[in-house]
Amino acid sequence: MTVQKDASLTGAFFALVRRDLLLAFRRRSELLFPVFFLMVVVSLFPLGVGPSPELLARIAPGVVWIAALLSVVISLDSVFRSDFEDGTLEQYIVSGQPLSLIALAKSLAHWLVTGLPLVLVSPLLALWMNLPSHAIGALVASLLLATPILSFVGAIGVGLTISLRRGGQLLSLLVFPLYVPVLIIATGGIMAAIDGLPYTPFLGLLLAGLITSVTLAPFAIATALKISLS
Amino acid sequence: MNRKQDNKPRKNALILFFHKMGSPPWFYGLSGKLVPWLWAAFVVLAMCGLYLGLFRAPPDYLQGESFRIMYIHVPAAWMSMMIYGLMAVMGFIALVWRIRIAEILAMSSAPVGAAFTLAALISGALWGRPTWGAYWVWDARLTSELVLLFLYLGVLGLYNAFDEPRKAARAACLLALVGAVNLPIIHYSVQWWNTLHQGSSISVTGSSIHPSMLWPLLIMALATKFYYAANLLSRARLMLAQQDLRKGWIQKALVKPADNPLEGHSENE
Repeated sequence: MTVQKDASLTGAFFALVRRDLLLAFRRRSELLFPVFFLMVVVSLFPLGVGPSPELLARIAPGVVWIAALLSVVISLDSVFRSDFEDGTLEQYIVSGQPLSLIALAKSLAHWLVTGLPLVLVSPLLALWMNLPSHAIGALVASLLLATPILSFVGAIGVGLTISLRRGGQLLSLLVFPLYVPVLIIATGGIMAAIDGLPYTPFLGLLLAGLITSVTLAPFAIATALKISLS
Repeated sequence: MNRKQDNKPRKNALILFFHKMGSPPWFYGLSGKLVPWLWAAFVVLAMCGLYLGLFRAPPDYLQGESFRIMYIHVPAAWMSMMIYGLMAVMGFIALVWRIRIAEILAMSSAPVGAAFTLAALISGALWGRPTWGAYWVWDARLTSELVLLFLYLGVLGLYNAFDEPRKAARAACLLALVGAVNLPIIHYSVQWWNTLHQGSSISVTGSSIHPSMLWPLLIMALATKFYYAANLLSRARLMLAQQDLRKGWIQKALVKPADNPLEGHSENE
């Protein structure tokens, strides 16, 4: 009995992730929007502050990370928006599967679609921003560990604002303060890597944040969705 | 109501108090009696504290007269954090037990807390000018307060974005709770960030304060707590009355006993 239930849980989880990935790949051009956005924002900085390689190298960690934050926040609304508009979200709630599991699957799919491409494109941005080559590993690792945190914590804000007609601007106000620790620790790690200091403690902190947000955020997302749809 | 209590005579007094607090008429009546006393306590304490702090305390040997901003700045900063914690606790109660009074209290706390945060930031900036030579320094405590203000604004913004007040309150309560989980992480990461970047910050408060400077601060800290309680209950009463305007009990409570309450229903507009 319990085995069967477990099987249906994992079955539902992977079916949801698969469905979201399939939907995303059916609209490939939209898949690249967050990456283009990230590249455009980063390329604005040399134009704005001048092409001095030393200056760019110094601000590179902050610039890439802030651009990644903006890119994730812009794409956050897509976690639940289409499901909310066509009523699928209500079907999830009455499906009998725990809503937190559905929230976990949706957030994971969101990260695979928007966060992972940012991680993959980040070495290119590091070259643009003249980041020392020995710090590129830290940049990629910090993005890999911390962009899922952005998706999971951000999905709480999406759950809260999904039923509002103009929730987008409010959403950014809600989630940016929650992203402050991620930004500080991630850029701190990259700065340490630039100075040739060990940066694994920073990655450890980000990993701790990742584990905490993956385990706790789905429950908050589920509660937020229930409030929004009540 | 009396009959219900008689059925369970062995009920714990504390639990009974909480159950009574969940009842809007009872809360409205009790808070109405408390509010004038709380305001009075605030006025008396604030006058004592400000007099002692602004006129009687000796000037600081290092900062001169400007240290007196402390008597506004420090209590406001303490209150801004305490109110966020209380708001999250009440938000938790509201979400778990669905007590409407807890929702109303949490949402009445948010503007007071935001105001204290703003007061702490502005007084901190004014204090920073003579002490650090700049209005704004990215000092760890000021930065934490700024993030706290953003968290408050998020809660207020979310609450005001919904049309339905109860849904709005529950959504904002959840956000307050998420923020409260994050707040210690934000606080320590900002502190750590500040040491990493080696700001030009000077530690303002020395390890020991002379009693003549400390007492006014403690009195002001107590006064701001009474201000919070008085403001909170006044706001909560207003919010409750607005939400329940069409219900019988509030119409009875608002109409003076001299008027006939039964007549008052139709012509109360």
